Amino acid sequence: MLIFTLRRLSLFIFTILLLTLLSFSLSFLFPGDQLINLTGQLNASPEQLAILANDYNQQFGLLSQYFSYLNHLFHGEMGYSMNSQLPIATEVLNRLPATIELTCVALLVAMFFGIPIGFCAAIYHRKLPDNLILTVAMLGYSIPVFWLGILAILVFSIQLGWLPSAGQISLLFEIEPVTGLQLIDILLSDNEYKWQAFQDATRHLILPVIVVALAPATIFMRLARTAMLEVLDTHYIKAAKAKGLTFSQIIYRHAMRNAFIKVIRDVGLQFANLITIAMVTEVIFSWPGIGRWLIESIYQRDYTAIQGGLIVLSTFIFIVHIIIDFVYAALNPLAREPHHGAR
Amino acid sequence: MAYSTQTFYNFFALSLLAFLAGCDTNETLSLSKESIIYCSEGSPESFNPQTVSSGTTIDATSNQLYNRLLEFDPTDNTIIPAIAKSWHVTRDGKMITFYLRKDVQFHQTRYFTPTRALNADDVIFSFSRMLDVNHEYHPVSGGKYPFFQNAQLAELISSVEKINEHTVRFQLTRPDSSFLANIGSDSAVILSKEYADQLLQLNTMQEIDMLPVGTGPFKFKWYSSSSFIRYEAHENYWRGKSKIKQLVFDITPRDTGRLTKLLAGECDIIAYPIAHEKIKQHDNLILESVTAFNVGYLGFNTAKPPFNNPLVRKALSYAINKQAILDAVYTGQAEIANGIIPNSSWAYDETISSQEYSINKAQELLSEAGYSDGFSMDLWAMPVQRSYNPDAVTMAKLIQADLQKIGIEVDIVSGYEWSTFLRKITDGEHQSVLLGWSADHPDPDNFFSPMLSCSSAITGSNRTFWCNEKFDRLIKRALQTNSINKRKVLYSKALALINEEVPLIPIAHSKRFQARSNNINGKLLRAIGGIDFNGVTKN
Repeated sequence: MLIFTLRRLSLFIFTILLLTLLSFSLSFLFPGDQLINLTGQLNASPEQLAILANDYNQQFGLLSQYFSYLNHLFHGEMGYSMNSQLPIATEVLNRLPATIELTCVALLVAMFFGIPIGFCAAIYHRKLPDNLILTVAMLGYSIPVFWLGILAILVFSIQLGWLPSAGQISLLFEIEPVTGLQLIDILLSDNEYKWQAFQDATRHLILPVIVVALAPATIFMRLARTAMLEVLDTHYIKAAKAKGLTFSQIIYRHAMRNAFIKVIRDVGLQFANLITIAMVTEVIFSWPGIGRWLIESIYQRDYTAIQGGLIVLSTFIFIVHIIIDFVYAALNPLAREPHHGAR
Repeated sequence: MAYSTQTFYNFFALSLLAFLAGCDTNETLSLSKESIIYCSEGSPESFNPQTVSSGTTIDATSNQLYNRLLEFDPTDNTIIPAIAKSWHVTRDGKMITFYLRKDVQFHQTRYFTPTRALNADDVIFSFSRMLDVNHEYHPVSGGKYPFFQNAQLAELISSVEKINEHTVRFQLTRPDSSFLANIGSDSAVILSKEYADQLLQLNTMQEIDMLPVGTGPFKFKWYSSSSFIRYEAHENYWRGKSKIKQLVFDITPRDTGRLTKLLAGECDIIAYPIAHEKIKQHDNLILESVTAFNVGYLGFNTAKPPFNNPLVRKALSYAINKQAILDAVYTGQAEIANGIIPNSSWAYDETISSQEYSINKAQELLSEAGYSDGFSMDLWAMPVQRSYNPDAVTMAKLIQADLQKIGIEVDIVSGYEWSTFLRKITDGEHQSVLLGWSADHPDPDNFFSPMLSCSSAITGSNRTFWCNEKFDRLIKRALQTNSINKRKVLYSKALALINEEVPLIPIAHSKRFQARSNNINGKLLRAIGGIDFNGVTKN
């Protein structure tokens, strides 16, 4: 387990270093002054700029500048947004929780529905339910997310008026941000309309979560189906059958757990995809998350925000990746100690 | 295991159902009944309308947070008392005395608790801040007071004196016929001196414009940048506490987004609606409009070639098909602008005929100016919808097509956020720009001085940077007389000069639209200046 952890950590460090290198070089590639691109100090006086130049080792070579940039990054200084003139770190911290909330709920929903349905398909392999599920999965995977989002708003918000179309919660409710995660903040708050706020926030979550979750759910369906088919084909399942266990005993006690582990391994990979979908969805549903902020920064040519957002978002994806890897390793001894296991 | 998984699924489905079923309870209803959500088109640049002139900021702050000495009657635009219960003008027109109400209370907020009611000190502070360059609050938030600097009130007002606790006297250097109208404009708000002193002590002076304290019907609670503004009712408002407990400005820059929110019931009122027919089809929605004192125009940066040449500007004015723009962009809900003054103003000049649309003349002028092969230019299209220009990008595309016929390549610049856009325009990065102007008060001077005078070229509200001495003399002389006939003659000359020099091409005077759900009562829209939530109720 130690070697496994070290291996993941070194991978993490090198990837982050590469990312910072990319972000650092972006400040040169963007139009305008490199120092201003890096710090976002649009209105700085010449004296302030001189101090900044000194701060970022501008008088030394590129390597030294890069290390000074890294140093600033590790202290959480990512410069100021050119658009709002607020520190990037503050902007990111204000928005990242909303994205975490949306993506995590969507991921759970996608797994909650996708994996069992996939298992179902495998159990009814080559029968009507299997074909039906495969068709639906194909369809769901092929629907462009922006179209689905707009369609969902058109039907459920405008025509039927069931669910809200924008934002995280109705602006009527005042929720003190503590963790930044809206649902948790509502539960922590002492607002007299707490439960109404909670319901309202949940209603706001439904449409975006469904839109974000659809594509990953269909992928989980197919992954789960393949995994289950593989497991059902193994010798120990055949042995279990030969022992005379009932079909449901085989599925629930033996096949499901082992198939589940195989799916978990791919959840991490799907997370990057999920974030991409979430970024588009955030724009459609005016979700106050980091994806929408990043896309707006691109429109505004807010170079400092683009660099900062890039690093934070990729680090976030990477951390989730690693967490899922650890979960997989914890669930599956074979992954931890591959050289002892029989493959 | 089998059993527990199934139970869990069943439990989950059941709880979800129960949860959704219980959505509309009485408590939420009561909260939404006492609150209004207004979907606005952009973020305010500041919470003090003294420091900015953009309509978005005025809408969000002026009538909601503050009061002025005088106001305009919403129906006939005459001057009526507000904080000043009465006023007196001496016969030579140089001395104006205001008698203040004694029951005007400031907001109590989390950052300030007033100990006294409004008095003469607050009025003097509010005006000194703008007029006196040595005042400690003058440079705070950039030291620019566009409306007052454009109206040149610093030169006009020689002193503001306190006669007693509730009487203030303004001494003018010369009689000015638009003075009272200026005092009643949306930018002439009264701030709290007590609050300013508190901030001075704490050395946090810049907060005066971001954490506002005023006397208006609503007080500031929270602002989340580019997202929303939350106001709550001012308990001690001198006209009586508002029936609305909470007023929220939901900042929704996309017009389709605002329409969706209105249809989905997430907004009670939306600014600048699109799809008027669709809104009219709904029984529970109301579409309102008011003919506004405004003008939408195509402005040239006269400091940059090729538009430093009046011939080129004139040529372009022949090449633009205004009628087509009116049909496509304003869907007929506007009038063609012959000059910058709308025809409902007394300064409107009928003799100025509408601009001829003639490609031949445009080409002749272009070759005269030495551009017979055409040139390429950029055209900045404003990213927000204003009543004077509901869709600048479409307008820019139409103009692009028009100008292609005379060999001019147009590169449309859009996509900046509104405050970024304004900053870049003020810095003069544009060659030409689609913008407009909404009047702050009914006096016609409000169209001339802030838009085209030399002083406004410095403060930034004159985006053409056109500075013509003859024009400046004319509009100054018009302010020195009280005779409407004399003023009219002078303004006619000024209008003719604009027509000749073409620093900008006026395109349309439009109506301002607003859509709301039918349970909102009260008059919000004003022909002049910002919206007003005072007296608006919800059933």
